[in-house]
Amino acid sequence: MLVGVLALQGDVDEHIAALHRAGAEAIAVKTPADLERVDGLVIPGGESTTVMKLLDRFHLAAPIKARVKDGMPLWGTCMGMIVAAHDVADLDQPTLDLIDITVRRNAFGRQNESAEIGLPVAALGEEPFPAIFIRAPWIERTGPSVELLAERDGHGVMVRQRDVLGTSFHPELTSDARVHAYFLKMVAEAKKNVGKTSTAA
Amino acid sequence: METGTVTVKRGLAQMLKGGVIMDVVTPEQAAIAQEAGAVAVMALERIPSDIRAAGGVARMSSIELIQGIMDAVTIPVMAKVRIGHFAEAQVLQSIGVDYIDESEVLTPADDLYHIDKHPFTTPFVCGARDLGEALRRITEGAAMIRSKGEAGSGNIVEAVRHIRAIRDTISALTVAPKEELVARARDIGASYELVRDVAEAGKLPVVLFCAGGVSTPADAALMMQLGAEGIFVGSGIFKSNDPKKFARAIVDATTHFNDPKIVADACRSLGTSDAMPGIDVRKLAESELLATRGN
Repeated sequence: MLVGVLALQGDVDEHIAALHRAGAEAIAVKTPADLERVDGLVIPGGESTTVMKLLDRFHLAAPIKARVKDGMPLWGTCMGMIVAAHDVADLDQPTLDLIDITVRRNAFGRQNESAEIGLPVAALGEEPFPAIFIRAPWIERTGPSVELLAERDGHGVMVRQRDVLGTSFHPELTSDARVHAYFLKMVAEAKKNVGKTSTAA
Repeated sequence: METGTVTVKRGLAQMLKGGVIMDVVTPEQAAIAQEAGAVAVMALERIPSDIRAAGGVARMSSIELIQGIMDAVTIPVMAKVRIGHFAEAQVLQSIGVDYIDESEVLTPADDLYHIDKHPFTTPFVCGARDLGEALRRITEGAAMIRSKGEAGSGNIVEAVRHIRAIRDTISALTVAPKEELVARARDIGASYELVRDVAEAGKLPVVLFCAGGVSTPADAALMMQLGAEGIFVGSGIFKSNDPKKFARAIVDATTHFNDPKIVADACRSLGTSDAMPGIDVRKLAESELLATRGN
């Protein structure tokens, strides 16, 4: 199982290290050729306006969408969730539209409001997750097939729709590997299903 | 809920990695920078080459100007304070800028001490010419380091010198016998604990960008290959004769610094546009050098 981390801009090394800690092989993905090799893709934290432009300039948007449509799991953290969203509340710019949510950027405030919070996430077990929010977005709308996994002050901050996971916060900045492990499970299951389909065919 | 922790302060810099931070003096320039793909802007009244030309005392920019730039873009906004001027820093924190640059580009307010940066919620970035200087700033609370270079010179030589100095000393520490670390910490004027951490990790505990002299896409690719985790461009964009093209080309070259074909495309996109005029740093008088301010 090989997981890619989109490496156009952002905290790529942190995600690769966290994936290693969670027991997976991981590589940086900069080109469509890199993308071909991976079983799952993480879009890290970073600046969404920057990465949306670079995805377009370097012809990665269409191949990522195609891979996810074919069942490749994708997880976006903060910027990554914004890029993967159906739309962005205050921005008229095309996103990857891979998960049926509307996000609002910097919704929890500027840097002075960036915070560490013990966040209850039932899907991860009883112990709250040490969630790090940095100029973080929140989820303003979730479509009917989107599962809301965590909320902060009444706003969605963790969601899943089939093979796509989104978090407003940065599990890669903590030593708690539970969200990475959760995503790796999604990747393992998707890989199993792909195997089944090809055997049936 | 805890704000202003070391993790969230260093964390914002981690989110900027692989990106370009551009000096801007108007909301319009900030919008151009964002459109080109900048990860943040540095709000200034004058860019370094104009500060250099104007002489006199350079201070924190007007609040009206910084606020106007904060309103014009959604990317993080940084602003500069004079070395040691903690009251200017308090003002910038109160208006909500995302990062404070305690910068040698402005005229120092204190010729002995830098700001104690720990009590601030807003994170600080500081310049450094070598590892000792970088670690002293981190001990004072800096959450991000930029190699100083020579701001406003359009000349990459000082930036290369400083990033090499930082990286070479780190490399040497990683292979140094443990019993030498106390003496090495003393020699470079840094805390033993930080020197030990750097020797173990092989890198600074905070993000390291490069500044001071980047004016072409190839300059950006050079600095990234030398180990910078991102690029500050001061005068290089808005002192070129086609800022939009230069901004985008430097962003592209920073992203794909390891792919000469893409860097070549970025260079090609500039056509015959001229980069900012450069100056020979060796011909500057000692009093004209910005990098030697603060230590």
